[in-house]
Amino acid sequence: MELARLPVRRIGQRLAEGIDPTLLVLIVSLSMLGLATLFSAAYQNPARLVGQLANLGVAVAAMWCVAQVAPQTLLRFALPAYAIGLALLVAVALFGDVVNGARRWLNIGIGRFQPSEMMKLALPLMLAWYFHKNESTLRLRHFALAALLLAVPVGLILRQPDLGTAALVGAAGFYVIFFAGLNWKVLGGLGALGAAAVPLLWPFLHAYQQRRVLTLLDPSTDPLGAGYHIIQSTIAVGSGGLSGKGWLNGTQAHLEFIPERDTDFIFAVYSEEFGLIGNVVLLILYALLIGRGLVIAANAATVFTRLLAGAISLMYFTYAFVNMGMVSGILPVVGVPLPFLSYGGTALLTLFIGTGILMSVNRHRKLVQS
Amino acid sequence: MMGSAELRNHEREVAQFQLRIAVAAFAVLAAFLLLAGRFVFLQVVQHDIYRAKAEENRIAIVPVAPNRGLIVDRNGAVIARNYSGYTLEIYPRRVESLERTIDELAQLIEIQPRDRARFNKMLQEARNAESLPIRTRLSDEEAAKFAANRFRYDGVEIKARLFRQYPYGDVAAHVIGYMGRVTQDDQARFEQEGSSPNYRGTDYIGKAGVEASYEHELHGTTGFEQVEIDAAGRRIRTLSRTAAISGNDVTLTLDIRLQQVAELAFGERRGALVAIEPSTGGVLALVSKPGFDPNQFVDGIDPQYWGELNKSPDKPLNNRAISGVYPPGSTFKPFMALAALQLGKRTARSTIVDPGYFIFGGRRFRDSKPGGHGIVDLHKSIVVSSDVYYYQLANDMGIDAIAGFMKHFGFGSRTGIDLQSEAAGVLPSPEWKTKRFRRLADQKWYPGETISIGIGQGYNAYTPIQLALATATLANGGTMYRPRLVEHVDRPRRGERRYVEPELAHRAPVRAEHVEFVKRAMAGVNKEGTGARAFAGAQYTSGGKTGTAQVIAMKQNEKYEESKVAERFRDHSLFIAFAPVESPRIALAVVVENGGFGARAAAPIARAVLDYFLLGKTPAGMDPAPEDEDAEQEGND
Repeated sequence: MELARLPVRRIGQRLAEGIDPTLLVLIVSLSMLGLATLFSAAYQNPARLVGQLANLGVAVAAMWCVAQVAPQTLLRFALPAYAIGLALLVAVALFGDVVNGARRWLNIGIGRFQPSEMMKLALPLMLAWYFHKNESTLRLRHFALAALLLAVPVGLILRQPDLGTAALVGAAGFYVIFFAGLNWKVLGGLGALGAAAVPLLWPFLHAYQQRRVLTLLDPSTDPLGAGYHIIQSTIAVGSGGLSGKGWLNGTQAHLEFIPERDTDFIFAVYSEEFGLIGNVVLLILYALLIGRGLVIAANAATVFTRLLAGAISLMYFTYAFVNMGMVSGILPVVGVPLPFLSYGGTALLTLFIGTGILMSVNRHRKLVQS
Repeated sequence: MMGSAELRNHEREVAQFQLRIAVAAFAVLAAFLLLAGRFVFLQVVQHDIYRAKAEENRIAIVPVAPNRGLIVDRNGAVIARNYSGYTLEIYPRRVESLERTIDELAQLIEIQPRDRARFNKMLQEARNAESLPIRTRLSDEEAAKFAANRFRYDGVEIKARLFRQYPYGDVAAHVIGYMGRVTQDDQARFEQEGSSPNYRGTDYIGKAGVEASYEHELHGTTGFEQVEIDAAGRRIRTLSRTAAISGNDVTLTLDIRLQQVAELAFGERRGALVAIEPSTGGVLALVSKPGFDPNQFVDGIDPQYWGELNKSPDKPLNNRAISGVYPPGSTFKPFMALAALQLGKRTARSTIVDPGYFIFGGRRFRDSKPGGHGIVDLHKSIVVSSDVYYYQLANDMGIDAIAGFMKHFGFGSRTGIDLQSEAAGVLPSPEWKTKRFRRLADQKWYPGETISIGIGQGYNAYTPIQLALATATLANGGTMYRPRLVEHVDRPRRGERRYVEPELAHRAPVRAEHVEFVKRAMAGVNKEGTGARAFAGAQYTSGGKTGTAQVIAMKQNEKYEESKVAERFRDHSLFIAFAPVESPRIALAVVVENGGFGARAAAPIARAVLDYFLLGKTPAGMDPAPEDEDAEQEGND
């Protein structure tokens, strides 16, 4: 008996090594909320649940592996990951599969793969590595080159066209540049320039993208087309009230008024059934997750780990904010999943690998101290 | 060792970074507070409004698909109509196990393996569809049986729908095209075009032929019904209704009886025929053989039939008339003759001696008649189809002059007919060759290559419709109208009619007397030349030209023996014609794949078509017109 228990405990210890309990508890809680909502959104059909559990299994395993890797090793991956990601994006532009009118997918024999997803982590990795390498000699021109490193993949993703992913990848890259210490004046100038450019860029948007933005301003103009999503999801959120209609009792979702209710619009289902209280709980969980990530960033040992951890934390923020803002009708409809809740294997994988990186950074905060 | 300056620098950096972390944290907090504020606004302040709206959402807005417009031929014969039928539909998201649900349904209503196969295929293709049909065309008895047992089947419903029907079966299949389920790609296209609201409620759209190219006319405007539904999402009653507006009826320039005559004349042979009205560009018949039965597509095609169509080496789905390319063979000669006159390379009177071969650069180009045709002038060169005459002519003209002239007759460019997936063909020229080939040695144009261009061989490759259009342009004195299939579009309930006006495409720079000369020579072909046997005893005047196009290259002195060549490598048989000679009402081109000599296979088909068109003579064995039963049209205009 004694002999049998010993290896079990050792295995347990080995498994727990490098895993940050705070982060783990937060993402597991979020994932549980996701599973519960998914069960309701899929008419209590267990098939979707099983699918998402399998996705979670893969994602957790990936997170564990990444958490075991030291940041120095990650550093070595930065350049190749970015180069491969960029090459794949070019490959997609040249001979990707067209699905739903957008060229986003690359057929790799065993299945289709979306290289833009990989850029969500590869770009911040690359930029963090770049600033790390030039740590002592940082000048404005380094920021200019970093901006170029950001603009190329984002431009390729925009061309697919995939506005949602381009915004997420762009944001992830921008966070690294921001944390690397880009001059406040330059930041302010860029912000003003961006605001001024909006009316100039407007004609370059696709007709359907323009329609989505206009619809946001007045959904009633197109109640059966693009406005339908916003109107129905806003009704779902609003009718949820303070404490919600209760789990499995949302009428908006179950009467099929919510489109894509298990992926991008899962928050409408959640919000309808759990109400304002549920929403606040969700916001707090996200805030704690982001906060924990920022603390890890603040205590990180090297420029690379600092920038990377900061960017990943804010990436979670972007996902959550854009998705909830879209469902509650204050942001235009773009294809962004709700982190840890939406159905989908690829997005989960990215999120969990990100958490794995945070754990690795946290674990090595003192070891590399100079 | 780290210098103290550097250390300070490092500390300052960390401090700066931590400041930025704090800024970021504040931004996150502010954004989340904004969201929280929005939630409070929606869920507390405006909660009553939204609760009422959710309550009202028991009232669903259900799209009402419009009736698709009819397709009729130039004489008003209906060739595509609608009939209403019941379908049994499953809502995949509402059922636990599709297999079990279908098994249970099979106990009540007959469900065949092909129904299951089709259902599974649709499920894969349209993952996001709310409902998919497991059975179509239910009998009234079956519909009643299901209605009585409906409570036992959650997530299964019966729907009344209109189906497309083609009374002429496989006649003119490539003109009509076929219908298919809206795919995700179609959906994305609607989204881009902004037409997706109008396609809510539409499951099937035109995928090929007129059904596809006039989809926007045929579809109509979707209406909407306000329906009260219970908590399980079932319809209780209809509250209000905004009627759908039926699609417009499309009248073709095509004559379906003429089309039938042409298809009958083909029999089981492969090939294509295009007949055009020279003075308008209206297409009178457009045949591509083998065909298919578009009726098989209307309620989701059976995967087995689909597989057969796709795997068949005869490629029945391919519209040979507009996307098949063939060397024109000797049907090219009248245009060469016209070029010679127009460019002053030959006169009507000049003659050559045709010894049966032409030697160029040490190579011997054979005439199809051993021993040759003796003394040949321009008129005779067309009537007897002398190859040697055109070998010499091509050599004298040079490739640039030939290509420059032929493009005026539309060779090598899309005609712009109102059908999708038209091929461009190849009008050979040195520029084309440079673009076409990658290796430098292949890119050079050799003068020897020009020789066989003269008799319509070599790199020449044109679609049957290009050949028909060139013939029509010749018959019309050089004035080319864009070929089109649609005569007018009707909005029946409003009595509006829009004509598709003939569209002048080009005026070839040719003198009238030259055109007349070539037309007379072509009349000679049918009177005393290579087309004489096929047109013996015709009660009208006609001009024609036979053509035989090589499928495989022959060695220099090898003799072509039809019986020894495998069927698929036999020569293609071609014929172009127009009639009556004085004021042509019809011009056509026929290609019979592997049909052998043009005079034998293709010319009789042309004769049958002209006999029917000009004299109303129906061949033996022609099906009577299908009964024009009243198509069931729900009035929802």
